[in-house]
Amino acid sequence: MRKLLQPILAVVVGLALGLSFTWFAGESPWHILRILGKSAFGSGYDLGMTLFYSTPLIFTGLSVAVPFQAGLFNIGAEGQLTLGALAAAAVGALWPALPWPLAPLLAGLAAFLAGTIWGVIPGWLRAKRGSHEVINTIMLNFIAAGIASYVTLYLLKNPDTQNPETRPIGAGFLIHQFAMFGGAPLSTALPLAMFVAGLVWIVLWRTVVGFEMRAVGQNETAARAAGIDAGRIRILAMALAGGLAGLVGVGEVLGNAGKFRLGFSPEYGFMGIAVALLGRNQPAGVVAAALLFGALHKGTADLDLETEHVTREVSLILQALIILSVSAEGLWSWMKRRGES
Amino acid sequence: MTAQLLASTLRVSTPLIFAALGGMFAERSGVINIALEGMMLIGAFGAAVGTLVGHSPWFGSACGMAAGLALAAIYGLFVIRLRANQIVAGTAINMLAMGLTPFLCKILYDVTGSTPAIPIGERFQSAPLYLSWALVVVCFLWMKYTPTGLWVSFAGEHPEALDTAGVRVNRVRWIAVLVSGALAGMGGATLSICLSSSFSRNMTAGRGFMALAALIFGKWKPLPTALACLLFGFADAVQIRLQGVPVWGDKPIPVQFIQILPYVVTVLVLAGFVGRSRPPKAIGTPFEKA
Repeated sequence: MRKLLQPILAVVVGLALGLSFTWFAGESPWHILRILGKSAFGSGYDLGMTLFYSTPLIFTGLSVAVPFQAGLFNIGAEGQLTLGALAAAAVGALWPALPWPLAPLLAGLAAFLAGTIWGVIPGWLRAKRGSHEVINTIMLNFIAAGIASYVTLYLLKNPDTQNPETRPIGAGFLIHQFAMFGGAPLSTALPLAMFVAGLVWIVLWRTVVGFEMRAVGQNETAARAAGIDAGRIRILAMALAGGLAGLVGVGEVLGNAGKFRLGFSPEYGFMGIAVALLGRNQPAGVVAAALLFGALHKGTADLDLETEHVTREVSLILQALIILSVSAEGLWSWMKRRGES
Repeated sequence: MTAQLLASTLRVSTPLIFAALGGMFAERSGVINIALEGMMLIGAFGAAVGTLVGHSPWFGSACGMAAGLALAAIYGLFVIRLRANQIVAGTAINMLAMGLTPFLCKILYDVTGSTPAIPIGERFQSAPLYLSWALVVVCFLWMKYTPTGLWVSFAGEHPEALDTAGVRVNRVRWIAVLVSGALAGMGGATLSICLSSSFSRNMTAGRGFMALAALIFGKWKPLPTALACLLFGFADAVQIRLQGVPVWGDKPIPVQFIQILPYVVTVLVLAGFVGRSRPPKAIGTPFEKA
C-alpha cells in the first residue's frame, strides 16, 4: 500500500507546487488544471495524442528501469533512441521496396540493434574499465546526436525539403495507425510497447538472467559470492536497455513520420528517468507513469494558445518537481518516523 | 587567422572554465554535479535580466550568480538534507531550469524565445576572461594551501576522517555546492552578457555537460581542468571556423566530427585509454553520522 501511496503523493505534491507557479503568471492554477485535463483527454484526437506521447515514454521508462534493477543508471536513453530511430529510417530509405510484414520487422530489429550497441558501450566500459556509466551515457548522448546529424545531413538527406530529415521510407514499412483517434498518429507501436513491458516483467522476475540482474543490483558482493558474473550481467542489462530505447524508433519512424527528423524527441530519454522513478522501476508502474507523463506533455502543449502568459514549458517544471518529490528519500523516511511515533 | 582562432578559443572556453571550476568544488566535496547545465542556464537568464534592469554587467553577473546559487540551494536541500539520489535530483534540476527560464521570460518580456537585446555598452567585453583565469589561480592555491581547501578534499575522499577531526562534513558540502552554483551561474552569465547579446532559450546547449567532461578530463584539479576547457573551447572555435570551409579537395569537413570530439575524448580518458582519471572516493554517497 505504501508502495503505491508514495508515488501518488509525489505526483500530487509536484503538481500542486508546479501549478502554484502559474499563479505568478497571473493565472488561476485551477483554470490551468482544467486546460490540462481538457487538452489531454478532451476529444478522441487529444486522447490519441496523449497515448502517442506515452508510447516512447514506456520504452524509455523501461530502458531506465531495467539497468536500475541491476544497479546501473542509464542516462543514455536519449542517444540510444536517436540511433534506434535513425537505424529504422536508414533501413527504410535504403531498401524502400521491401514488402510489408518483412519491412517493419527488419526496421524494428535495426532500431533495437542500434540502441543495443549504444547501450553495450557504456555497459562494457563500466564492467571492464570501471568508468562510470552516468558520465559515459551523457557523453554518448552528444556523440549520438552528432552522428545522427551527420548521417541525416550528409548521407540520407531528403532532397525535396530544407528540413533536416532523411529520405522517406518505403510504403511497405508503415505500420497500422488506429483510425478512431481523429487523425492522431497513434500506431500499433502502443500495443507493442505494452507487450514489451510484459516481456520485461517476465525477464526480470521469471528468468534466471533477470534474477541475476536483480541480485547484482541489490548486493553485488553477495551476487559475486554466489558465482554470478556481475560484469556480464551489467553489459547485458545495458544492452537490453539500449534496445528498449531504440524501439522508440518504431512508433516515431514507422508509425508517425515515415522518416528520421533531427530533434524529433522532446527529451523522451530524460523523461524516461522520471517515468521509471515514478513507476518504481517496475514494468506495470512504468506503463502507468508513462500514461501520466504522456498526458502532461499533451496537456501542456495547448497552454501557449489557451492562456496569456503560461507556456508549455510548465510541463518541464511539473516533471522536475514530481521527480524531486519522489526522490527525496529523507523526506519520506522522516514522514514515516513521524507517522510511527 | 591563427590569432583570431586563439582569441575565439579563449572567449568560448571562458564559460566552460567558470562552470568546470564550480563543478570541481561540488565534486571534490563528494557531491556529483550533473546539474551544472541547469545552473549555467538559469545563471545566463538571471544575468541577462539583471543587466537589463541594472544597466551594468557587474550587477547582471551578480544576479546570474545569485540565480545559480538559488538553484544550487534547492539541489543541496535535496541531495544533502533529504539524501535524494544525486543523479536523479541533478536531472530534475536541469529540467527545472529548462522549464523555468522560458516560463519566467514569458512573464517578464511576453516572449519565450529570448530576452530583449542588451546594448553593447552594457555588456562585458573581456573582463570575464581575465576573471576566469584569475579564478583558476585562486582555486589552485585555495585547494592546495588552505585548510578549507583541504576540508573540501577530505569531505570527498574520507568524510569519516573529516568528521572525526571535528569538521561538519555536510556543512562543507553545502558550501561547496553553493559555490558551485554561483560559479556555474557566472559561466552562464558569460554566455548571455559577454559572448552574446541576450539570453536565448536553452542557450547553454550542453555546455554544462562539457564543463563536467573537462572536469573529469582534468582529473578534478584546477589547472588541468582549465587546460581541458581550453582544449574543448578550441574544438568549438575550430568547428565554428570550419563550417562550410573546404579542407580536403573540395569537400568541407563535417563539423559534426569536430563537435563530438570533446565527448569522445572524455569517454576515452575515463576508460583509461588516454591517461587515467579517478573520481573522489566518496563521490555520490550521502554522509550520515554513524
